[in-house]
Amino acid sequence: MRLAVAFVAGAVFAIGLGLSGMTNPERILGFLDVAGRWDPSLAFVMLGAIGVHLVPARWAARAPRPLLGGDFDRPVKTATDSTLVAGSVLFGIGWGAIGYCPGPAIVDLVAPSSSLVVFVVAMLAGSAGYRYVHRPAAHTGAAPASAG
Amino acid sequence: MIGGASAALAGGALIGLSATILLVSIGRVAGISSIVGGLMEGRRDGLGWRVAFVAGLLAGAVLVAWMIPGSIVPRPATLSPVGVAIAGLLVGFGTQLGSGCTSGHGVCGLSRLSKRSLVAVLSFMSAAALTTFVLRHVLGGAS
Repeated sequence: MRLAVAFVAGAVFAIGLGLSGMTNPERILGFLDVAGRWDPSLAFVMLGAIGVHLVPARWAARAPRPLLGGDFDRPVKTATDSTLVAGSVLFGIGWGAIGYCPGPAIVDLVAPSSSLVVFVVAMLAGSAGYRYVHRPAAHTGAAPASAG
Repeated sequence: MIGGASAALAGGALIGLSATILLVSIGRVAGISSIVGGLMEGRRDGLGWRVAFVAGLLAGAVLVAWMIPGSIVPRPATLSPVGVAIAGLLVGFGTQLGSGCTSGHGVCGLSRLSKRSLVAVLSFMSAAALTTFVLRHVLGGAS
């Protein structure tokens, strides 16, 4: 049941990305290019997503358990530190250069160009590289929350 | 262009619905970079739902590519292969270092009114806009 729910959530996510225009990197770059022929329409993606998710997220913050049992995966890191900003800036440079963030890149794999394949392989390598370097810390439980 | 803003709003609402399904029913956060990062780590706990979610992403992608022609088609990049690889490394490494991407910080974090996610979103949006500006208007000749 949990797997079926996750599968459906993934499918709905991909349909949302495709419908919204997020799967077209040219639209992304048009949204980011505020000094050029700026296309602000993709701001509505964020508006729609947060509009729907805001109240359920507030509920989840107070509820003892998810509806299907188990625990809530609550973010353990709370510090607004230089690691957060540095990582976000690096991500932003890559995103602004090509117009792909992780979700649309994976979704677009069903109609791949050779450059998309290169991008996704590099993205996975970058993710794996970070996770590999930080693996010992990640396995020691709550300690990394205050690190960095 | 067919309904740019309204399609964006409707698509965004579906993304919010997806995040809600995942959080309310099984307590997991719909952050794509965290889901993918967890898979790359190869840990057995939490493997099942992550694999199921990514399988759902690909199934949904096939469906939407068929329902909305032109939504998902092969697109050549405007960068050289080396540039594409560097962009991929930056997106992969940066999202792990910063603990999230457009979905994790942008949708889930902002919905949770997380100050940390707000800082992340402002950081990656401004870095992305600046990069696009430099590549298009300083280095490139695009209008």
